[in-house]
Amino acid sequence: MKKLLSGNEAIALGAYLAGVKYASAYPGTPSTEILENLAKYDGVRSEWAPNEKVALDAAAGACYGGARALASMKHVGLNVASESLFYLAYTGVNGGLVIISADDPGAWSSQNEQDNRNYARFAKVPCIEPADSQESVDFLSTAFDLSEQFDTPVIFRTTTRISHSKSVVNVNGDQRVEHPGKKFSPDPSKYAMIPANARRRHPWVEDRLKRLGEWSSASAINRIEWGSKKIGVITSSVAYQYTREIFSEYSILKLGMSWPLPEKLIRDFASQVEKLVIVEELDPVYETEIRALGIPCVGKEFFPITNEFSLAVVRDGARKLGVATLEPVTTTSFATQVPTRPPGLCPGCPHRSTFYSLRKLKVRVAGDIGCYSIGVLPPFNAMDTIGCMGASIGIAQGMDAIGANSDKEPWVAVIGDSTFLHAGMPALANIVYNRGASTVLILDNDITAMTGQQENPGTGVTLSGTQGKKIDIEAVVRGMGVEDVFVVDAFDEPEVEKTIKQAIAIKDRPSVVIARGPCVFLPDYPAKFIDEVDDVKCNGCSLCFRVGCPAIFKGELDASTNKPKALIDPLLCVGCDVCLQVCPRDAIFRANN
Amino acid sequence: MNKADFLLAGVGGQGVLTASDIVAEVGIALGLDAKKSEVHGFSQRGGVVESHVRWGERVGAPLGEKGRIDYLLAFELMESARWIEMLKPGGVVIVNRQRILPMSATVGDAVYPTDEFIDQALRSVTDRVIYVEGLETAQALGNKNLANTVLLGALARAMDVDPELWLDVIVKRVPSKYIELNKQAFWKGLGK
Ligand SMILES: Cc1ncc(C[n+]2csc(CCOP(=O)(O)OP(=O)(O)O)c2C)c(N)n1
Ligand code: SF4
Repeated sequence: MKKLLSGNEAIALGAYLAGVKYASAYPGTPSTEILENLAKYDGVRSEWAPNEKVALDAAAGACYGGARALASMKHVGLNVASESLFYLAYTGVNGGLVIISADDPGAWSSQNEQDNRNYARFAKVPCIEPADSQESVDFLSTAFDLSEQFDTPVIFRTTTRISHSKSVVNVNGDQRVEHPGKKFSPDPSKYAMIPANARRRHPWVEDRLKRLGEWSSASAINRIEWGSKKIGVITSSVAYQYTREIFSEYSILKLGMSWPLPEKLIRDFASQVEKLVIVEELDPVYETEIRALGIPCVGKEFFPITNEFSLAVVRDGARKLGVATLEPVTTTSFATQVPTRPPGLCPGCPHRSTFYSLRKLKVRVAGDIGCYSIGVLPPFNAMDTIGCMGASIGIAQGMDAIGANSDKEPWVAVIGDSTFLHAGMPALANIVYNRGASTVLILDNDITAMTGQQENPGTGVTLSGTQGKKIDIEAVVRGMGVEDVFVVDAFDEPEVEKTIKQAIAIKDRPSVVIARGPCVFLPDYPAKFIDEVDDVKCNGCSLCFRVGCPAIFKGELDASTNKPKALIDPLLCVGCDVCLQVCPRDAIFRANN
Repeated sequence: MNKADFLLAGVGGQGVLTASDIVAEVGIALGLDAKKSEVHGFSQRGGVVESHVRWGERVGAPLGEKGRIDYLLAFELMESARWIEMLKPGGVVIVNRQRILPMSATVGDAVYPTDEFIDQALRSVTDRVIYVEGLETAQALGNKNLANTVLLGALARAMDVDPELWLDVIVKRVPSKYIELNKQAFWKGLGK
């Protein structure tokens, strides 16, 4: 039977069929749906971990114990988990271990465009890359076999276009392969990387890489589609799909294993074509290596290093190479003449009051990653730095340590609940321990919202929907030694504002404000009313526009002030009342109490 | 029909992704290969949503190309103008007349384009411009979420594909208590 599956659904299916027993992940676009889908299968224990490193360590434990295990993350998640990747490269595995890295060329929902094939090269482990959903299913079992055969973790790299595209998968009642699992047999020379063992292990790692390269040259995971030999293209992943359409007449070596490279296969292929072209998205990983093998080729001078590929981009490079291809269609663009649609906090978002207050209080804000990153945009303009998850608290400490956190210009850190539990806790410990005096605002919306509402240790519900143990963030903060902890209702704007003011006034010790209120997508979201504007009282003062709510828009001009009055869209409003609280003329009221 | 490229565009929360799933499934039901691709990063509402569907004997790229899209389905009025450059000259554009004001107009000075501007923009690429009262029709049926089914009806009408095939796919995707309403919405879009 043919089924349309997204790459992520296919990866989950492939992992299930390959007999995965344990899977752990931290959400992150475009990887999130992998574990969400895997959790639906019986016989796999699927868990959300507080961060990617913890996820990978847990998967490592499961594989050491003999089970097939998987850890899944977005590309930057592998930065967090990289420490574990590197020891795993040396210890190897027992049951198979696959690490899914979902890269994001185009940085659609990320802070960078890093190419994680580089991690495979760096850590000296194999990397497998599917080019569509069918391969996502098929290559996973290959990845697990390879992991066990060569005693190595395997990086399975997808990209946004693979993970979030749907394509046809033949589902033929395939059966899950149950792996009985090999018992853990104690062997410190393999599993305990003290320096003496590490030194002994390194030559073995190098040798493994060589053997993997030989395997790859002989494996069907890479394939040649012969065409005209005037040009031979080496490509992989979604770049292969563009190549297939545009270089359809020519020969293509499609790599399914992108590291280590199949040297023999590449030499054979290169020797048979007149011109060797490398079409790879992001970094010139193949190109650099193939050049180093002494094989002439072209690549990045035709196909850019930055941004996601598309038919147009690959066509453009092909045209410059002299390949006959369609000419670009020139239609007039109106895109720049139409207003932009910047993402905004949802109507009813619990983060709104905090950013309204921060903007009003004119403090400097070390921000973090989550829905609340929207605070950097108008109308709030209330975030000065955004780096990676957990960075906010460290940045605040540094500012404080050099005296920049002054009365005149106080700095605060702003971080979400999930992000706090991911990487914020050690950073807060740092402030407390070193007697810093920063104010940290924890925006606790009781969910990991940005990636589509996943549970986390702070919600106490597990990925499979069962009741776990809820970690009490307030108790954690107090337990770390913060004495001034304020908990405030996020939907009470005046109170939020007052509390932040109070906290930043404390200048000799750390303070934490926890603004609590659920994300609107949660079933226990409290608001049920719709707010409405009294257009007699409203004079167009525009204060409510500064709450940045998509449900409030400009109506007709007020006769006296000549400024647009507010209007509230009843289809969008959920009645959180934040605009009602900031209106100085009581012009906003609850319509249907 | 053995090949077609679609672009479905709208605003987060409008059901663009579900509708594009349906378009892709219809391609499969026709015995073709199909791919669908979209980007959904932020879960916040209000951003632009862009979803591509391609039908063919064997589809390679998951995304269509600028100036070569056969059918543009705009779930929101001004989004039709934003994406019209993607349409092939003479292609079909189906436009839901619903307006969703962008935040840039509330917190900034952006002004929502006029109907005339939008119409001219569309007609600079094609004269096959089809306007649909998606939201109004859906609300008349009692549920604003039916607007995307109305639009799919309009698409089915513009294409040479058996409406029953569309309905089969739609019916499989909606909860049973909404099947009847979705059928009605589809027929309304189809103009019957
Ligand atoms: C290392 C890393 N892992 C995952 C992500 C993806 N991601 C971005 S923000 C976020 C969590 C946001 O949750 P929270 O801090 O609770 O804020 P909310 O979105 O709920 O407001 C995640 C998982 C990332 N950017 N970096
Ligand atoms: S998804 Fe939730 S947390 Fe994110 S902007 Fe919307 S309401 Fe706020």
